[in-house]
Amino acid sequence: MKLPIYMDNNATTPLDPRVLEAMLPYLTDKFGNAASRSHSYGWEAEAAVDHARDQIGSLIGGSGKEIVFTSGATESINLALKGAAAFYHERGRHLITLQTEHKATLDTMKRLERDGCRVTYLPVDREGLVTPADVVAALEPDTILVSIMLANNEVGVVQPIAEIAAAVKAKKKDVLIHCDAVQGVGKVPFNVERARVDLASLSAHKIYGPKGVGALWVRRKPRVRIDPVIDGGGHERGMRSGTLNVPGIVGFGVAAALCQDELEAEAVRLRALRDRLHHGIASQLTDVYLNGSLEKRLPGNLNLSFAFVEGEGLMMAIKDVAVSSGSACTSASLEPSYVLRALGVGEELAHTSIRFGLGRFNTEEEVDYVTKLVVDKVNKLRDLSPLWEMHQEGIDLKSVSWVAH
Amino acid sequence: MAYSEKVIDHYENPRNVGSLPKDDPNVGTGIVGAPACGDVMKLQLKISADGIIQDAKFKTFGCGSAIASSSLVTEWVKGMTVDQALAVKNTQIVDELSLPPVKIHCSVLAEDAVKAAIADYKKKRASRAEQ
Repeated sequence: MKLPIYMDNNATTPLDPRVLEAMLPYLTDKFGNAASRSHSYGWEAEAAVDHARDQIGSLIGGSGKEIVFTSGATESINLALKGAAAFYHERGRHLITLQTEHKATLDTMKRLERDGCRVTYLPVDREGLVTPADVVAALEPDTILVSIMLANNEVGVVQPIAEIAAAVKAKKKDVLIHCDAVQGVGKVPFNVERARVDLASLSAHKIYGPKGVGALWVRRKPRVRIDPVIDGGGHERGMRSGTLNVPGIVGFGVAAALCQDELEAEAVRLRALRDRLHHGIASQLTDVYLNGSLEKRLPGNLNLSFAFVEGEGLMMAIKDVAVSSGSACTSASLEPSYVLRALGVGEELAHTSIRFGLGRFNTEEEVDYVTKLVVDKVNKLRDLSPLWEMHQEGIDLKSVSWVAH
Repeated sequence: MAYSEKVIDHYENPRNVGSLPKDDPNVGTGIVGAPACGDVMKLQLKISADGIIQDAKFKTFGCGSAIASSSLVTEWVKGMTVDQALAVKNTQIVDELSLPPVKIHCSVLAEDAVKAAIADYKKKRASRAEQ
């Protein structure tokens, strides 16, 4: 077993060697511009891009012709939200999203608010879920778009996107549904037809593809229109100008095809590893809390709060394991994760959270190593924690009047 | 963000971890910070009748820099007079541990913990003198 162990696959994933192999020719001999119509270099690049479109379309149950390539999912989300708000501004100025969405969505919504739109940020329940009824209740006469993520990046909670879209369309059929599918696609079944979404944002580097390439799926029937954010040579049917990143797109396509082939078996394997990690830790330590729904969750995600042990301190203790924390001790604001806060997790527990993101290359041996390491270090840090000492003495920490600084 | 070698050393081998009897009239206890802010320090000083700090113990809930700051300050104040300990500034901790700007609050907390422990000790002495 090699150290350090990478267990932060919700942040990014390593490139699958099979993806790299497919990309290499397009970084060397096959360097053509996919927009060159006058020679074989261009035709070769265009054919490779179109093949990748079909591979990605197939993964999400859509057509390759509906794929618009971008530099990544942040750009896709910006394009979907700003593009639809601009095109449909005469239809309405109201949008709906969730408080637990990624910053790419929330900050884009904030920008739209500054530009004259109104946005409803829906709360979630303690499990991290929103119900179709909650979304429908937020509809207004001029609502043009609802943006809901498929799966959350911090707690892995999978939203009932198909049920939400069906309920929204039943109430108001011209409302567009955008789905930030970045974390969920390739990990849980997601089909744009069954889910009845109109726009879906995707990223290659979360599914063992390269960084710097993403896609926006834009429904053609019935046709969804968006204004471009980047103008130029009219690439991607005018929706996103700029020379295509051919090697990146080829890699994205192969990554999507591999996910499609392996999704079911990989989900079973990852869920077993995740549960092994969870049970291993929870059976040896008290006061460990799971954040977010266990049932409606990405198979590889585990987000735990280790009460009385600060998250960043714990990460330093397990420095041979790459994970993330909801503690924002490194940020100037000292504010812990807004996602955990939206789930109703208290600030003191949010500071103690660790996100384990298991992926394609993690093994059972690694899970067992991490389990033992985490248990040892949490015990060590609890011995060092004044809060643990007070808890052992039976003092209710909520009754203490703390001197915040 | 990379930690300095001194932070790592104090974090991995923290000095003076533990607790002193808080009801001992010669022990002053300072608890500063808040769980909701992500760091809490408990610092205890055992002070002799002539005002010399004989022992110092700490427990800290917080990041590596918070643990290192409290560990360092317990090392420093042992053997100091109360007045010398009150003169310890957070900037000295920042310099010694090479703390980056986002971690300066950890050093402030350590300075405050020393002051709070001494204030607690003085309060105990004053209430005893009254009796």
